[in-house]
This record gives sequence, structure tokens and C-alpha cells, in this order.
Amino acid sequence: MRDTNEMEVIFDSYSSNEGFARVAVASFMTQLNPTVEEVADVKTAVSEAVTNSIIHGYEQEIHKISVKCRIDKGVFIVTVKDTGKGIEDVEQAMLPMYTTKPELDRSGMGFAFMEAFMDKVEVESVPGQGTTVRMEKTIGKGRSLWTTQSL
Amino acid sequence: MKFQVEENCLTIFLPKEVDHHRAEEIRKDADAVIERNHIKYVIFDFAETEFMDSSGIGAVMGRYRLVHLIGGEVWGVHANARIKKILTMSGVTKIMQIYEEDGK
Repeated sequence: MRDTNEMEVIFDSYSSNEGFARVAVASFMTQLNPTVEEVADVKTAVSEAVTNSIIHGYEQEIHKISVKCRIDKGVFIVTVKDTGKGIEDVEQAMLPMYTTKPELDRSGMGFAFMEAFMDKVEVESVPGQGTTVRMEKTIGKGRSLWTTQSL
Repeated sequence: MKFQVEENCLTIFLPKEVDHHRAEEIRKDADAVIERNHIKYVIFDFAETEFMDSSGIGAVMGRYRLVHLIGGEVWGVHANARIKKILTMSGVTKIMQIYEEDGK
């Protein structure tokens, strides 16, 4: 198989599209032959990032969200981008339990989950212009040990 | 939302995927039932749940805040390994008891 591959989906920020984004990313990811756990990890992280764009970036207004996936050898890179209101203080926003919308039952665990389930999370945000979350995960870590052994 | 009320106890049968989209609906429906039926105990049944993100954690925390005021409790049942991991990682298990069936 070739070493790199890319895809991008752009969709409206309806909450019903959260499920679509997860499934689209998960199905693109299957070519890396991931474990069930790895797929679940990426789906959770994508769900968190897309939900953030919908609730915080666009504050429930309908605009476009872009989810871009890139495979580079065994590394899966997913970028979630919105052109919403942006984050004033990214460091504070990433603190576990920190939320600006407790009244909407937000737990403040979104970024903590992204960081827990992915190897690397980078957030770039410009207030008034939008937020881009770039996440990386190496797929198939340690699996070669047993998959390459002959029976 | 699928649910069942027995005296002051509400059981919420959670959907296959608990994300922000579904959690909103659960929040609205559950709070109406809690208020109307003077619910003190809320049981989250994860039997059908395969996916959950932090929105599910928010839904548990929100209901806990409601019933905790009147000395109530929230419980989780039938959670698979993935859901248990999400619940434990978030720390929500400090306020929600997970009911373990024998042998599991």
C-alpha cells in the first residue's frame, strides 16, 4: 500500500452531523488495519473536537466544519477546523473540568479526552477567526510483535 | 429517550451512541421526568451503548447535581469495558456508583 493518503469532509455544524463525522473518519482509518480500541479512541477524539466547534466555535449557529484526515506511514493525523469565534486562552480551555458552558451540561472534559486518546493534540486559535485542532495517533503500535510471527 | 419510572427511581435506557446530539435530548427529557415524578435515584442503563464521549459525562453530572440536592444518587449499570474506561477516566465514578454484576 502507498504510504500516504488524504481525505477531507466539510459539513454543516448540525449536532446530528457529529455521528457522521465519526463514521467518516473511522471508515477512512480502516486502511491502517487499526484495533477496535484504536478506532474507538479516534472516534471519541473527533467527536469531542467537532462538538467543541458546534457548541463553542459557532455557538449553535450553522456554519461549515472541516475534518481532514491524513495517513503518513503508520501515523493517523486528523484536523478539525472551524471559522467560529475562537478561543481567547487556549491553555485555560484545555484544563480538565474547565468549561464556559456548565449550564449546557458540558463536563469540561473534551480536550482532556482528546489528549488521553491521541498521541499529540495541537490547538491553534485566533479569536474572531476560528479554531483548528490537529491530532495525531500512531496506529498499530506494538502489534507487529505478534502479527509478523509465524504460527 | 427510553425510560422507566418506579416510585422515586428513574431508569434511563441510553441509546447506542451518547454524544452531544443525543445527550441534549436526554437532558431535556430526563429533567422533566425528574421534576414531575419527584425522582431521587437515577439509573443510567448502558446496555445498548457502544459509544460515549464527554457529553455523556456531562449528562451524568447534570442529573447528579439535580438529585444530589435532595439526597439522591446516580447509578450506572450494564456498562461495557469501553464505557467503564470513559467513566473512570473522567472521574465521574466518584459521584456515580457502577453496579457490577457478579463474576464481572
